Formats: sequence, structure tokens, C-alpha cells
Amino acid sequence: MRPFTYERATDLQAAVAAVARGGAKFISGGTNLLDLMKLEIERPTHLVDISRLPLKNTDDLPDGGLRIGAQAANSDVAGDLRLRTRYPVLSQALVAGASGQLRNKASIGGNLLQRTRCPYFYDTAADCNKRDPGSGCAAVGGINRVHAILGASDACIATHPSDMAVAMAVLEARIELLGPNQASRNIPIGDFYRLPGETPHIETVLGPNEMITGVLLPPPPQGRQVYRKVRDRASYAFALISVAAIVATEGGTITSARVAFGGVAHKPWRSLDAEAALAGRPATITTFRAAAEAAMAQAVGRGHNDFKIELAKRTLCRTLAQAAQVG
Amino acid sequence: MQHVDLDITKHTFVLKVNGRLLNLELDPRTSLLDALREHLHLTGTKKGCDHGQCGACTVLINGRRINSCLTLAIMHEGDEIVTIEGLGSPQALHPLQAAFIDRDGFQCGYCTSGQICSAVGMLAEVKAGWPSHATADVAAPQVELTGAEIRERMSGNICRCAAYPNIVAAIRDVAEGVRK
Repeated sequence: MRPFTYERATDLQAAVAAVARGGAKFISGGTNLLDLMKLEIERPTHLVDISRLPLKNTDDLPDGGLRIGAQAANSDVAGDLRLRTRYPVLSQALVAGASGQLRNKASIGGNLLQRTRCPYFYDTAADCNKRDPGSGCAAVGGINRVHAILGASDACIATHPSDMAVAMAVLEARIELLGPNQASRNIPIGDFYRLPGETPHIETVLGPNEMITGVLLPPPPQGRQVYRKVRDRASYAFALISVAAIVATEGGTITSARVAFGGVAHKPWRSLDAEAALAGRPATITTFRAAAEAAMAQAVGRGHNDFKIELAKRTLCRTLAQAAQVG
Repeated sequence: MQHVDLDITKHTFVLKVNGRLLNLELDPRTSLLDALREHLHLTGTKKGCDHGQCGACTVLINGRRINSCLTLAIMHEGDEIVTIEGLGSPQALHPLQAAFIDRDGFQCGYCTSGQICSAVGMLAEVKAGWPSHATADVAAPQVELTGAEIRERMSGNICRCAAYPNIVAAIRDVAEGVRK
């Protein structure tokens, strides 16, 4: 690990000011950052410890929603009875990710910002435009079984690893940010992440001096919420495909549906095409399959990951059937 | 690779481990795991992968299980840190230590400290009603600790000798009060 200096931030504004220094990074749970620092993929020269800032609580909002503090542990949020009863898709997604030990340490803000698990990103001997901009992408012509099928570019076919963010996408969460001079803003999670394009090393719209302070959940929408994850092991593995769905039905007809995929793209992938193919239609496997075809109409395989296109379709159908309580 | 030439000042701080206050002077890079093993000589906590994948380094921070390899020692000033040495002694075993012996929950023993610390934390999580990926209804107020629940909740601890059936049995004994 490269040497770095360390300070513990005493308040939010001091933290934002401290990270303005060149080479500085925030550290919170550290479960992803320290792993990458050991491999010298991340090389900060200064760490600003924000783990003790007063951002650990989940608070009720006047509109019936919730505000989750960015420094809350993943396990605290997953275990919060308000989440479990009103936003079960988020609880399910959180407990589908990582291990008990990691969930106790990893923060909500850090989960949003975790880096891809593309093996070529981790292999410092391989070309990777995300790790070393301009060097090329070893995954495109390499073993790309776990890689993206939607929204990728020739510069990068990595996927975003978070389960939590997929659930937040269907819940239409907003990411609350704090910048210098008390400048606060919040943006929809759908606008927070960027597709790789030619700059896969720039993953979000977060400014260089901005800190995630919280996640705002609007009141839960109508419908049953389900998160389903398909992976190579029964537990403690990243998703090949995951689906978060919220489906409301009335007398066998779908009145509204929200759908997002994990494991398919550089960001949690909300599919408005699939949602349009579901609304107002009968809750049947024929409808679900049509939605799956719509969701994957633009999907492109790179060889080893071709199977993920059909797997995504089937996982969506199964998840929708469960959410609509049919089949 | 060119290393950045930085004047790294060591930090002087105190960690509370197994109820004792211990003085340390460390490079900020020192993981909690290395602080425990190399500086405080508490070698019960094991280094397996050093990347949070195997669970051998599991310790309890303020009653919660974490991977000590993926955190910096300096970040834990003021926390209550408990390692396997703080759970029991050869004369007075923790119920989980006794259950692992009864049930033969290990072969080489390298993962055992982490398994036991993890199980202590896991049982507290069950008591708090936290759901897992094996829980059918995450909104259910209480968890029934089935074999499937134990396996899912312990998936962050790898046993390369594959003593899993006996590890599950040992944990189940303690959860069901066979071992107190």
C-alpha cells in the first residue's frame, strides 16, 4: 500500500474542505477502498475519515418517505423495520449483497460509490481504461462472462456491482450531496451514474469536492416489491443478473410496474421500455416475456456473456411473476 | 511504479482490546488485523486472504462482527474491540468455543477464531431480528434460525477443510441452548 496521511473529519464542512486537497479521498467503511489500496489500484495520498460524522440515522420525512444517512451501515438499514415493512426490496437487496461482516462495516454512501469487480480492473498487469485511462480494455477481447450487455462502449464493458443501488433505482431514490460553502443538492439516482462512453474512469456526476450525505426515499409506490439475484454461488457473490421489481395489479391487470436490472450495465439499469410493456396489460407470462424482450432489445453480448441476455429475460419473468403473485 | 515520497508521521493512539487500554504508535496504513497480530501480539485473530473474502480475521467492534483486515487500526480509537482471546479462556471457554470442540467444528483450526467471533456477532444479529437472504419475509419481526439461515449468515467465513456441517451443528447447539 502506498503511504498516505490521515485525518478524522470533525464536521461536514471541514470534511468537504479537507478533501479538496490534491490526492485526498474520503474513507468511511473502507471495505472497498482499502482492498483497492492494498492492490495499489487506488492510490490516495491523504485520507479524510468521515465515518464518525453524524450521518448514521434513518429519519422519517414529512412526505412519508425516509432519509437514510450516508454513514449508516448497510446492515443497520437492512435491519430497520421501517425499511423491511415499507421498502422490502431495499432490505432484500442489501442482504443479498456481501457478507454479514462487510454489511456491518460498509456504509450506504460507500456502497453507492463502490468500484466494479471486473477482473481486468483488478489485474494491474492488464489494460483497463477505468484504472489507467487510455490503456485499452482487456475485457472486450478477453474473458467477459460477467460483463455488461447494455449501455457499454468499446472502452469499457464493466458492470456496477451494487445490489442496493438497483433497489434504489426502482424506488426512485435521490442522492443527497454536500459541496463547498454549504452547497447542498440532491439528484435522482437515475442521473447519478454515468455510462462508460470514452471516459469509464468517471463513474458518477459527483463533483471532486462533494460528499454523499444521504439517500432520500420517496414514499413507497403502490405494489409488491421483489428483489431477485442470480449468481454463481448461493451466497456471498456478485450478481450475474439481478432484478428489482415493484408491481401493482388490480383484478389480474397490471396497473403500474417499475423494473431495474443489476449486473447488466455500468449502472443500475432501469428499464422504462419494460415498464411500458407491462402497464395496463394482463399479469400473465406472455406479458412478462414481452416486457423482457423490450428490456433486452438493445442488449449486446461480447461472447462469453451472451447467456446473460436470456438469463436477464428469464430472471425478469420470474421476478414479475412473484411480484404479481401469479404462476 | 514510482512511489510518492511522503513524510509519514506515525500516529500515537490507544485501542481498547478485550477490556484493556493499549498504547500504539503506528503508520496510518496499519490494518486493525496487523495491529492486533504484529503489534499487540494477539495472534488468535488470523490473516487468511487479507481482502475480506475469507473471514479468518473476524473480530467484534462494539459487539458487531467485522473483517479486521479491511479497516485501519487508527479508525477504531475509542471502540470496544473483542478478539477470540477476549471471548473465553482455556479454563473458561465461551459456549461457542465449547460447542466447536463438542461438535468437532474444525480440522486445521485456522478459520476457527474467525468462525467463532462471527457466530457470536451473528447470533446477536438474529436476536435483534435482522433478516438475511434466507429469510422468506424480511418484514417478519423474528427470525427462526434454521440450518439454511445459519449457512447464509455465516457465508462470510470460509473453511477450506469444509467442516461446515459441524460448524452449523455447533452454532445450532448454542442458539438452541444446548450449550450455555
